[in-house]
Amino acid sequence: MKTKIRAGGIVALAATVALVASACGGGNEPGDGATNGATGDGVEITWWHNGTGEPLLSFWADVAAEFEDANPGVTVNVQAFQNEELRDTILPNAIAGGTAPDVFQSWGGGELQDYVANGVVKDLTDFIPEPVAGAAEAFRVGDGVYGMPYTTLPSGFWVNMNLWEQAGLTEADFPETLDDLFTSWEKLSDAGIVPVAVGGVDGWPAAHWWYWTALRSVPTEAFQAAITDGDFTDQGWIDASDLLQTILDKNAFNPGWQATSAQQGAASASGMVVMGQAAMQLMGTWDYGVMGGIYNEAEGLDADAQEHAEFLRWFPFPQVDGAAGDPAAIMGGVDGFSVHADAPEEAAKLLAHIVSTDVQQRYAAMGNIPVDAGATDSMPAGPLSDAATAVANASSVQLWLDTALGSAVGGGMNSAIVAFMSGQGGPQDVVDALTSLAAG
Amino acid sequence: MSTNVEVGEPRADTARGSSPALRPSKRKVRWFEVAGFTVPALVVYVAFVFVPIGFGVVMSLHDGSRIAPLNNFVGLDNFINIFTGGRMFGQPFFWDAVRNNFLIAILSLLLQGPIAIGIALLLNRKMKFRGIVRMLIFVPWIVSEVITGVMFQMLLMPNGAIAVWLERIGLGSIAGTQWLADIGTGGLTSVTFWTVMAVLTWKYIGMAIILFLAGLSGIPDELTEAAQIDGASWWQIQRKITLPLLGPTVRIWAFLSIIGSFQLFDMIWILTRANPTIVGMDTMATYMVQVGMSRDRVGYGSAIAVVLFVITLIVALTYQRFILNRDIGKES
Repeated sequence: MKTKIRAGGIVALAATVALVASACGGGNEPGDGATNGATGDGVEITWWHNGTGEPLLSFWADVAAEFEDANPGVTVNVQAFQNEELRDTILPNAIAGGTAPDVFQSWGGGELQDYVANGVVKDLTDFIPEPVAGAAEAFRVGDGVYGMPYTTLPSGFWVNMNLWEQAGLTEADFPETLDDLFTSWEKLSDAGIVPVAVGGVDGWPAAHWWYWTALRSVPTEAFQAAITDGDFTDQGWIDASDLLQTILDKNAFNPGWQATSAQQGAASASGMVVMGQAAMQLMGTWDYGVMGGIYNEAEGLDADAQEHAEFLRWFPFPQVDGAAGDPAAIMGGVDGFSVHADAPEEAAKLLAHIVSTDVQQRYAAMGNIPVDAGATDSMPAGPLSDAATAVANASSVQLWLDTALGSAVGGGMNSAIVAFMSGQGGPQDVVDALTSLAAG
Repeated sequence: MSTNVEVGEPRADTARGSSPALRPSKRKVRWFEVAGFTVPALVVYVAFVFVPIGFGVVMSLHDGSRIAPLNNFVGLDNFINIFTGGRMFGQPFFWDAVRNNFLIAILSLLLQGPIAIGIALLLNRKMKFRGIVRMLIFVPWIVSEVITGVMFQMLLMPNGAIAVWLERIGLGSIAGTQWLADIGTGGLTSVTFWTVMAVLTWKYIGMAIILFLAGLSGIPDELTEAAQIDGASWWQIQRKITLPLLGPTVRIWAFLSIIGSFQLFDMIWILTRANPTIVGMDTMATYMVQVGMSRDRVGYGSAIAVVLFVITLIVALTYQRFILNRDIGKES
């Protein structure tokens, strides 16, 4: 005899499970964890950041403790997450699931626009202190500013001075123009040194070259029009690829750059520069710490050894004669924090404390580039303070193009640029791809 | 899957008067017994298989982002885009991914099958160190796919161990080959494609060999001995007796291999460092993650997941209907 299980019973059971599951998921309203304490005597603020390494981890904990001391009844729960995990998985899931923190890491650009469009983040315009207002423009969406910046990460050339000097060059030879750069490449090549390392397999490190040629080639208004309206019709966007082709034709990149990774291990582009296999790399300022880590590991030094400081130097991307872009603009990233729409008032005050001149000075003293120009002097002398000076002298900091355009367009753009750089298509192909990506 | 939960006929040994507790009762199976055994599994299955599949289908009808996956109802637009969307410069292309999956599935069978059968026949003889050799062959399959990928990525990168080694043995002319970055080609003409096939073969041939060895051990020695007495050569025995009797095992292995090929993700993702498009190595799974997750279009990504599910289902059902079908009748 066969036992028959009625189909209706299964459906009923499935429906029950689904109901229970959805009840579990739907219980949390956005900002729930945040507003818990608001009705009682205390306020609780959750703060997620990406500073998992020391000294930043303790620094943010200290800043939170200071804020608690100055505001009795306020508790700040600080949690650190690995950057990519936080950005791509943990934070979006928390927001979608209604368990978002009150204060969280923000990278600006297209992601932030999505957050604003969905009403997830709070307009911070009224809380932004004067000294950081300029940098805060990176977090502007429409009429509001939805993030508080605390550091700038400009892009520029990291140079291994040992190789640079081997080729008979000195710091005085740091290039002012693209032609100077080409001259230095020739001298390095003549000395048997690979002039430039590029971590092409990761996409974005190669694409950064194109961002720079675009920044130099595209007039400022046309650049902004492309970011806001997806309009890539300006001739500058074609010129950007042509200019990059001129650079590529110098054959200065490491052989096999398309298959070289950017930052992992001694064989990566960063590793090649710090281990003396290539003279320079175009990269954001975080590269200094990355290269130090690779060097210390390869040489068996302590994790916090600073020997690489002796031979690593920094110079900005050179000028291009006759190009239509803003010569004083600089490409880079701006790191900041955003506040959840349902977070208590104290969350925005916490951000104001984070970017107060005192905290910014202490942050700069650890070798980071502050957004408050008044804190720049606190930085120890070295390549990073050179980069900070370049930022201070820049007319504006243009957010990384892929970040600015958002992940839907940015990722596809990087693929198109790498395909172009590998000789797969022409300048018009890049513009066509960008236009159709931006159109969705 | 059978719903027959009735206990079988009393077996012969129970007639010998063993303890009554062991005697299967003829009572009806009660509803709470059925429920007790099936509900926990059913709940888990529904909650973690059916609900996610259903949610994926719902998401595939929207064009949302990660923070709001159910925004913008677009109906079947995502599916229409997948099938009719044109090739865009430098972007992953769905039909390239489908072609790669089919090529990998077919070539996995053609490369791994004969090699694995050969090695299995070899190892099926009595020989010294047979246990150790069997274990060594099985090792690559046990090693995590990620570890294998990272290992080969490091070996094959520019100035990596393989390049240096080729240089040293005087093959400098091919030392500069971009094993994992043969840009601008695709499919069978790409060096990268064959490199990936080689790594996949290295990784998965162990499983084929172990399956075949298990199948071979099920073939009675008497048949071989009888053939030997009749004067059959070793080759004749393999061809006329062993291989036909190994058929069911080969068919099951082929089924597993095909399914694995269609779901291929990790190895490609790691060997190409999350950038398969530039070397023309997209598979349906990497295509899904690239345009769905990396570019924050979870609706479109879910639509690809649904298509991948349907394609795999069709291939699996077709295979079962026309190839595995012949084994089912023989089993009992």
